[in-house]
Amino acid sequence: MNVMAHRRVQEGALVLSDGSVFEGELIGAAISAVAPIAAGEVVFNTVPSGYQEVITDPSYAGQIITFTYPHIGNYGINATDFESAGTFCRGIVVRDLARRHSNFRAQSDLGSMLFQQGVPGIAGIDTRRLTRIVRDSGALPGAFGAASESELLAAATAEPGTDGVDLVRTVTTHVPYVIPAVDTESRTNIVAMDFGMKSNIGRSLARLGRVTVVPASTTAAEVLARNPDGIFLSNGPGDPSMSPYAVEAIRAMIGKVPIFGICLGHQLLGNAIGASTVKLPFGHHGGNHPVKNLRTERVEITSQNHNFAVDPDSLSGRAEMTHVNLNDGVCEGLQVNGEQAFSVQHHPEANPGPHDSNYLFRQFATMIEKATAKKMSI
Amino acid sequence: MPRRSDIESILIIGSGPIVIGQACEFDYSGTQACRVLKEEGYRVILANSNPATIMTDPDFADATYIEPLTWEVLSAIIDKEQPDAVLPTLGGQTGLNIAMELFERGLIGVPGKPEMIGANADAIATAEDRENFKVAMTEIGLESCRSRIAHSMDEARAAMDEIGLPTMIRPAYILGGRGTGIAHTVEEFETLAATGIEASPINEILVEESIVGWKEYELEVMRDHADNCVIICGIENFDPMGVHTGDSITVAPIQTLTDVEYQEMRDAAIACIRRVGVETGGSNVQFAVNPDDGRQVVIEMNPRVSRSSALASKATGFPIAKIAAKLAVGYTLDEIPNDITRATPASFEPVIDYVVTKIPRWAFEKLPGASGILGTQMQAVGEVMAIGRTFPESLQKAIRSLELGYHGLGCGEAEGRLLAEFPDDESLLAQAALPTPDRVLQVGEALRRGISIEIVHERTGIDPWFLDQMSLINEERDHLAAVEFDEVSPRDWKRAKRLGFADTQLAYQLGRTEDEVRTAREEAGVVPTYKTVDTCAAEFEADTPYHYSTYEDESEVRQSDTRKVVILGSGPNRIGQGIEFDYCCVHASFSLRDAGFETIMINCNPETVSTDYDTSDRLYFEPLTKEDVLNVIAAEQPHKVIVSLGGQTPLKLAGEIPLELVAGTSPDSIDAAEDRERWNKICDELKIPQPPGGTAVTLDEALEITDAIGFPVLIRPSYVLGGRAMQIVHDRDHLASAMAELAGFGSLGKEGGLSAERPVLIDRFLADATEVDVDAIRDHTGEVLIGGVMEHVEEAGVHSGDSACAIPPQTLPSWVAEVIEAYAASIAKRLDVRGLINVQFAVVGTTVYVIEANPRASRTVPFVAKATGVPLAKVATRVMLGATLAELRAEGLLRPAIGGHVSVKEAVLPFTRFPEVDPALGPEMRSTGEVMGIADTFGKAFYKAELSAGTILPESGTVFLSLADPDKPAGLVVAQRMRALGLGIVATVGTAEYLARFDVEVDQVLDKVQDIHAKGAGVTAVDLIAAGEISFVVNTPRGRIGRTDGAHIRKAASLHRVACVTTVDAALAAAEGLAERNGVLLGVRPLQEYHATGSTA
Repeated sequence: MNVMAHRRVQEGALVLSDGSVFEGELIGAAISAVAPIAAGEVVFNTVPSGYQEVITDPSYAGQIITFTYPHIGNYGINATDFESAGTFCRGIVVRDLARRHSNFRAQSDLGSMLFQQGVPGIAGIDTRRLTRIVRDSGALPGAFGAASESELLAAATAEPGTDGVDLVRTVTTHVPYVIPAVDTESRTNIVAMDFGMKSNIGRSLARLGRVTVVPASTTAAEVLARNPDGIFLSNGPGDPSMSPYAVEAIRAMIGKVPIFGICLGHQLLGNAIGASTVKLPFGHHGGNHPVKNLRTERVEITSQNHNFAVDPDSLSGRAEMTHVNLNDGVCEGLQVNGEQAFSVQHHPEANPGPHDSNYLFRQFATMIEKATAKKMSI
Repeated sequence: MPRRSDIESILIIGSGPIVIGQACEFDYSGTQACRVLKEEGYRVILANSNPATIMTDPDFADATYIEPLTWEVLSAIIDKEQPDAVLPTLGGQTGLNIAMELFERGLIGVPGKPEMIGANADAIATAEDRENFKVAMTEIGLESCRSRIAHSMDEARAAMDEIGLPTMIRPAYILGGRGTGIAHTVEEFETLAATGIEASPINEILVEESIVGWKEYELEVMRDHADNCVIICGIENFDPMGVHTGDSITVAPIQTLTDVEYQEMRDAAIACIRRVGVETGGSNVQFAVNPDDGRQVVIEMNPRVSRSSALASKATGFPIAKIAAKLAVGYTLDEIPNDITRATPASFEPVIDYVVTKIPRWAFEKLPGASGILGTQMQAVGEVMAIGRTFPESLQKAIRSLELGYHGLGCGEAEGRLLAEFPDDESLLAQAALPTPDRVLQVGEALRRGISIEIVHERTGIDPWFLDQMSLINEERDHLAAVEFDEVSPRDWKRAKRLGFADTQLAYQLGRTEDEVRTAREEAGVVPTYKTVDTCAAEFEADTPYHYSTYEDESEVRQSDTRKVVILGSGPNRIGQGIEFDYCCVHASFSLRDAGFETIMINCNPETVSTDYDTSDRLYFEPLTKEDVLNVIAAEQPHKVIVSLGGQTPLKLAGEIPLELVAGTSPDSIDAAEDRERWNKICDELKIPQPPGGTAVTLDEALEITDAIGFPVLIRPSYVLGGRAMQIVHDRDHLASAMAELAGFGSLGKEGGLSAERPVLIDRFLADATEVDVDAIRDHTGEVLIGGVMEHVEEAGVHSGDSACAIPPQTLPSWVAEVIEAYAASIAKRLDVRGLINVQFAVVGTTVYVIEANPRASRTVPFVAKATGVPLAKVATRVMLGATLAELRAEGLLRPAIGGHVSVKEAVLPFTRFPEVDPALGPEMRSTGEVMGIADTFGKAFYKAELSAGTILPESGTVFLSLADPDKPAGLVVAQRMRALGLGIVATVGTAEYLARFDVEVDQVLDKVQDIHAKGAGVTAVDLIAAGEISFVVNTPRGRIGRTDGAHIRKAASLHRVACVTTVDAALAAAEGLAERNGVLLGVRPLQEYHATGSTA
């Protein structure tokens, strides 16, 4: 039996900037002598399944992800559920890391993946207590490792958080690349601006046509030069106001080509039409958020991951609020007045999460078709 | 859309008696629905034949019909009440089936008749008919198992040829999977197909590709009028496909599906509810997944609230039945607030941050002859649920919640039995490969012996993830085995407790007592924390009063200054301890809340109303063990603890609770009634006759007693409920085997065996005595309220729980009833009872013997309350907390009893599910539930009760009589009355000859089964029953029940669903009922009318 392995654990602690201390055991990538502490903004995610997708989601750049579901790693890691080529989070916090996984698609286990990807983690934590603190005080900096509590507290306090940092630059592609269309006959040409785009968005867009993914800093002229039928604004980490270059590019493209934005892309579109964005007291991080489509009156259960949101009061005269979060009234979607441009705060591409909002990709496709038909008829 | 204003009154169909496959989860859902619809201002009309339910309390509906659940009766209720709508989706399969019958007869769901809300007839037919369902699923692109429908054996054989063996056989329109089975051989196929075709009300079976061994999942879906759909809970079964989900250990949330696979299943479940067309409410969709390639197939869907939805509600905190009722009257999910967060709407999907494990509980020890092997037909009688932060923690908590003598996964005395039974690994693995109630413990033992997860997985099909988690428990033991008691560190304690170890397990491992462990652990600072069930994994603030223990950093229980009362619930349903006790606990909570106390419920049964988070001020979903209960007491610091309303479970804990906290009758008085020596002394003192008897621990002691008092004797263990292991013993050999059964390794050995503290009680058996039960309440001033005197229909010797009984007594002279009341009052006084007491008497001629007294709530409390209109449980609870009966009268809670009608309670027995078990009644209780008939005469009330219990007394056809000698005179009267009613009579030789002497001719004299073996030819009752020529069987056994003729006949009757009574008293009552029923329509009348207009008794 694996008794010895069970016993040989490295004890560690997680300390929040408010001084709260959590004792646990270190997992995943070794925290090296060079960097003895993992620090970042502590957030939580309530999805019970989908840890592989969450950990590889670039939107978590700069953050330490707490999983509220206690057993993480149960079904291992497989080759197809990655949401990006790497990991961008600073660490993960779990109650229990599965020692053994079970699933027909599994090729590896979460512990090994964390090790290979260099993601440190801490297990054995009262994640419910941690979640309650983060819920009440908002995402806050924290640090974990084998260091002393005072060192960890110092590291947590020194952590700048995601405010005022342009995290997009750390996750965007450096060079443009192409995702071929699923339908090889398709002639639709989509340009996706990568602010930290999840793979499944790429896969979903590829069902509509050929996708050219371009770096976040690409200018409007450069995008338009690719003669796109539709422009997509991706999700990504952090504060939209830290990427003014993107806002500028988007502003210049509205009205020229159909635009669809998701998550950070939605906030950037909002900023581009002059609406303001605000930081939420604590973000939305889960796969169970009810969103009402205000046009159809239908409720969609959605996947969400954001700390910032478009202020609905600042939309007036510029855009229509199309979707609202039924839990707290946060603006979940907008349609720019008189233009072929819309966006949603939640994740219609799911992975992880429900497929209820998948129709938004079809809506984008229809918009592109109409615009293309108009262009042809002119 | 807001609440519908075009309907004003709604008829809710309940689920009737508790039977296997349909237990008190439907009382929970029905109670929620009644409450919600009344709150919404509708006139609620309820039909349910089960008096033990909370929902049939007159407060929960505007008109409560405790009447038989047949379409004729429902149609009379509809005529009388003219409801605008019928809600059929909250009464289980019973409610759904009756609704379909009413629809097919054009009585509901058609223009001009009450509308069907929740699910319409189309939707029900699509989901319930397997062929329709399969076609519908194929239409929307969902895979199901390959299958063929058959209505005859020829069709069945053709189907088998096409699909190949092994195949699954499922009869249509059957609840709980009765008649379902897997055939591996042609012979098995022939038997299963034939019984299946017979069992199905439409004689239809499905022959299906077997997916035994696949992984099994369930999703609970809800849908509203606007077509919004949400998943409330996903459940993964620990036991792979092949075991009915009601018999499987199940776990929430889903553990081993990736999000991609889970979302595919979610999409399928939503597509399924849409296609089937359940317009509003909850449904449950079951899936099987091939572990090798992930292929998902839809197994079935229930277009209604189900057992799983009750579990899902308790597992997540999302009240499915309540929301379903609101959706049925027009609300959409986003218009309904989430009760728990209050700030967010119900249109969301709960997420949980803990693991829930459900384990069923079976009653095979009461069903000799049953194989005890689990299959596709549900056999469990109850279940427990436990919540922990991890699977090992919740599994161990669930195991100790079962009250079977296990403290968790092994690490207890029970381990010795496993070692003795399965000394070598192969025998253990071979046993674990068979699904049986103890399989989880065998699997735990196999892993503990070091058998690899791969091998255990291969033999059992249980997922390796679950097995690895179980290994963590074993490894922790190995670690503790290497540590001295004094060296156990705070981290060690915490790690063990986090894995769900009970102090008793740690005591076993460390060789100390439970109290020593507790002290050391607490000194190390390791104490439980209480977390909250909040539907949202702490994402939103919630002050849900719903908690579970775990060992973490932070406890979320809020302190309050109000006077608190802890109510200990009754644990899992079992034969002998079921919904009646939950009724009492719930009533206690209601009455104490009304009286200004803060109530705290502890229970571990997910099916019940008591574990609804808004029944009490706070709910602790915890095992009912000394450790877990004391922990809650320490956290809550209550004023009092109620131990006497939940049956034996809390009563056994009374001695562990600080004396000053026990509400009502003192534990010492409880013991005085239970301890034979003390009880005898009391009876002597009070000059109340008892049957002669004594107590014994060994066979020699037992023989000493029988030498003195003679045979037959009634033997029973102490401190049990439901006549557990009670027997009538006729000779010395039988006594020897009975004593062996009670000791050590017998089935009762698991529950503690015999000891000086727990001896066997041996009494002279009073043949032909009339049994009488009394429920009474005594307050601290000494006033005694006689709640009800019940005369049993069956003679003494049949367990009171299995016997029909009537209020008021029907044959007792009134002065005898008065003697009984006086005896009951003097016993209550002598025991210084504060609260309820139940006393059982046996009347022989005019001598009244006392059999036993129990100073606690009895099974009959709800029946008495419904019969008399006196809320006994509420009154008793207040009395326990110090109120006097006079005060409660002044307050208006205690009203005079009402009379002027006859109420009959009848037991409902599980034998149709166990055709191999002899259905003869005896002193060991075997009924799972009860029904009530109310009418102006005994005959009519008895007829109604029988009808409710599913015994259709024949108005035409042939009666088969086979009587034991002492029963023959009464049997003659039965025969004469049946003849007068125009029924045919056939009998066995002896009975026929006896009847002929009194000029009652029989139509046919039948051969005995054993004679056929000798003669090789002839016609037996078994043949006629199988041929459908008998409509009523009267067969009274005498002496030791074995594999005699009678047993064959009774089993045949139970297999072919022919009404069968096994006592001559019941046959007489049936004759009386039939005589009154003859040609007369059964009147229906709501309880509220009886209670309002009944004259004072």
